[in-house]
Amino acid sequence: MHADPNGVLTGVHFLDGDHACCEGTLAAGARFAAGYPITPSTEVVERFAWRIPTVGGIFIQMEDELAASIAIQGAVWGGAKAFTVTSGPGFSLMMEHIGYAAITETPCVFVNVQRGGPSTGLPTLPAQADMMQAKWGSHGDYSIIALCPNSPQECFDLTVTGFNLAEEFRVPVMMMLDECVGHMTEKVVIPEAGQIAITPRRFTYKSPAEFRLFEPREDLVPDMVKAGDGYRFHVTGLTHDERGYPSMNVETQDRLVRRMRDKLKPFANGRAVFEAENLDDAEVVVVSYGITSRVAQRATQMARAQGVRAGKFRIISAWPFPEQHIRELAGRVKAFVFPELNLGQMVHEVERCAAGRAKVISVPHAGGSVHKPEVILQAILEAAR
Amino acid sequence: MSEAILDIPLDSTKTAINPVEPYLRMDRMPHIWCPGCGIGTTVNCFARALESSGLNLDKVAIVSGIGCTGRVAGYANLDSFHTTHGRAIPFATGLKLSNPELQVVVYSGDGDLFAIGGNHFIHAARRNMDIKVICVNNLTYAMTGGQTGPATPTEVISATSPYGVFEPSFNLVQLAEAAGASYVARWTTYHVKQLSRSMEEVLHKKGFCFIEVLSPCPTLYQRRNKMGDGLDAMKFYKEVSKVRHGAPTSECALTRAGEIVVGKFVDRDRPDYLELLNRQMTATLGDRYATPEVTCSEG
Amino acid sequence: MQRGLTKLGLTEIRIAGFGGQGVILAATVIGKAAAIFEGGYATMTQSFGPEARGGSSAAQVILSGEPILYPYVTQPDILVVMSQEAYTVFAPQLKPGGILIVEQELVRIDHPPQGVRFYGVPATRLAEELGRKVVLNIVMVGFFAAVTHMLDPDSLRQAVADSVPPAMQKLNLQAFDKGFEYGAELVQRLAENGDAEPLLLETES
Repeated sequence: MHADPNGVLTGVHFLDGDHACCEGTLAAGARFAAGYPITPSTEVVERFAWRIPTVGGIFIQMEDELAASIAIQGAVWGGAKAFTVTSGPGFSLMMEHIGYAAITETPCVFVNVQRGGPSTGLPTLPAQADMMQAKWGSHGDYSIIALCPNSPQECFDLTVTGFNLAEEFRVPVMMMLDECVGHMTEKVVIPEAGQIAITPRRFTYKSPAEFRLFEPREDLVPDMVKAGDGYRFHVTGLTHDERGYPSMNVETQDRLVRRMRDKLKPFANGRAVFEAENLDDAEVVVVSYGITSRVAQRATQMARAQGVRAGKFRIISAWPFPEQHIRELAGRVKAFVFPELNLGQMVHEVERCAAGRAKVISVPHAGGSVHKPEVILQAILEAAR
Repeated sequence: MSEAILDIPLDSTKTAINPVEPYLRMDRMPHIWCPGCGIGTTVNCFARALESSGLNLDKVAIVSGIGCTGRVAGYANLDSFHTTHGRAIPFATGLKLSNPELQVVVYSGDGDLFAIGGNHFIHAARRNMDIKVICVNNLTYAMTGGQTGPATPTEVISATSPYGVFEPSFNLVQLAEAAGASYVARWTTYHVKQLSRSMEEVLHKKGFCFIEVLSPCPTLYQRRNKMGDGLDAMKFYKEVSKVRHGAPTSECALTRAGEIVVGKFVDRDRPDYLELLNRQMTATLGDRYATPEVTCSEG
Repeated sequence: MQRGLTKLGLTEIRIAGFGGQGVILAATVIGKAAAIFEGGYATMTQSFGPEARGGSSAAQVILSGEPILYPYVTQPDILVVMSQEAYTVFAPQLKPGGILIVEQELVRIDHPPQGVRFYGVPATRLAEELGRKVVLNIVMVGFFAAVTHMLDPDSLRQAVADSVPPAMQKLNLQAFDKGFEYGAELVQRLAENGDAEPLLLETES
């Protein structure tokens, strides 16, 4: 299925990442957004509020992030593709509803334009310090998908991908932008609607009598329904059986929580999204994501120019973590160098996957800016020694 | 009170069907509520309101928060959503806006709607969101063991106020009116006929509607405060309730043992959120305005 | 693209002034011209936050023939300033041998920085001659085009037209041309004086 031309602003634009992300939501078919103003993410919904009345949909500014993050889920069960947008403190407030989306398998998208923290931190400056929060921030065991664009163009492209993945796996998808990418303006090419692939919602073909709300298909993902179609279904945040009814026992809990994890396995193992360069002969691999990946690439080029066999592994889908790739690389490279705009978060995943077979060097940065390429270069040179 | 409404046949033969059964998920019975609890009574009234409303029940959705009343959604044979604590109203807001042909009912408790969810309540009322909020007010957090809530009257003993509640409580009907609700009523579980009628009325009324139902919690609230059992609560309600339709809501505050003013206090017509939205966009955008079509197409 | 972009390599530009002067739009026009109409690469960033509300305003554009990896301007090759405060804050960061472009009636320079090429334009007055002071930013862009030769003036004109509402296109294109002509004449005059690359040249005022 292809994008609805109504929402697609085909053409060549000069847009910032926030605005490009908004165009991505529209191209992906989102017709409902709820938000609450917070820097540096507000531009996403400001543009949506401006665009949506002529496309045909609704934006509502809610009273807080708690409200925004659950209103979108009400909209999804009403039949919409929906998303919310936030940053920093607002993302913290949304945590409970990320868990609700996970356990109710509500396909939806959370855009987080990361800023420096903790707390109010650096509202107008970048960080990448919510990466673990995106994965683990809500209580309990659950799985999400997180994507990390590094340019306004990718803010468009990956937002479409994010909506498609949300539908395919019925998980909340986190668009992990950062202030730098969100506020940076570059050329953005938006293709014709016919060239944008859209994953349609997989509505059940079963009758209300035979339908069970959380009965998984072979891919472990249940089919969707929407309110008002006569299914008289029940959705709860309690542990539930395949009918959707609360069931407070060990077996139901085990089956549900394991399935929610296992349904993402195909993605984790085979379909991780990444960019690799010069890995064939690499002795040092620079792992990075988001805005840092651009600076890391510059540092990798500088290292190559100095004769160091440096390669690039840029993570685009940060969750599920692309462990297969890191494990494979760990067997044949000397070291990983991992710059991120935090004091070391995703680097722990690389350490886990490397399991001592290659050195893992964290290049932390507390946020507020990006690394100087020279700092990363220095780490590469030391790693190569 | 109508005898007919309370006269639920006890005949256990297969042919006897409780008239409210079609409105409940009978495969989920028995329910979790305590003997003497009033929530079931309100559900009975709701079922009867659904029946007499003549609405297509495929197009009625019910949303609850967390708590004893939060379990209502799970027993209603409708599209039903048991959401997070305090957030039934914003969930209902998204549901209604994405699929406006649904009649969306929020059914939750006093703690859920007015403490953790209080902000959502006033904003939904302000927007005149077209949802119907039924608050079963048992004056306490019952699910967690009877703690003080935003509607607990002063001098009451609760699990977290062992020496007596001293902080003032909300007057829910006044709050609802002040925030902009189109319809505000209060009943007790003694007033089953009136409650059913109010419920039916809001199912046909546009805009943000609010019904408060005083409901007994014998297990926690009444036991701690030596107020007897469920039947004593009925006697108490009968004794102290006074029907005053149109009473100024400012005069309807509740106390531990004083008068309970019941009735329909507010019934006014205000344009609801979607009407205001359409009006504004049509005025500013004219033909360029595309009427919202929010649901996504099938694959 | 061709024109200046590949030849110049990576070029960092900062435009600064006070709120309401259209600093961001000026940067947008330059970025668009390079990235869309000349097929090069441009990355624009702007200052956000309390400092960007009212008071001062600054935008940065990086132009290159290659993809731009590092997103921030560190030491601009070209500084365009439209307020005294912006001059004071940003002039020390200008790269040696860089280009300083000022709105000469808004910025008084007592001790010009050493070793930079310096061009002044009375952009506000030129804009007022067109009847609308608000287009001073586009006058500055026109002047920038004439004195830097980095971008094809036609690309910039296209970018101007693409960046303003249809009703404002004519006025803004006039503003661009006015700034461009002023700059071209200045460059011409300097060339005639045998001083094509003026160091610290004081313009007449």
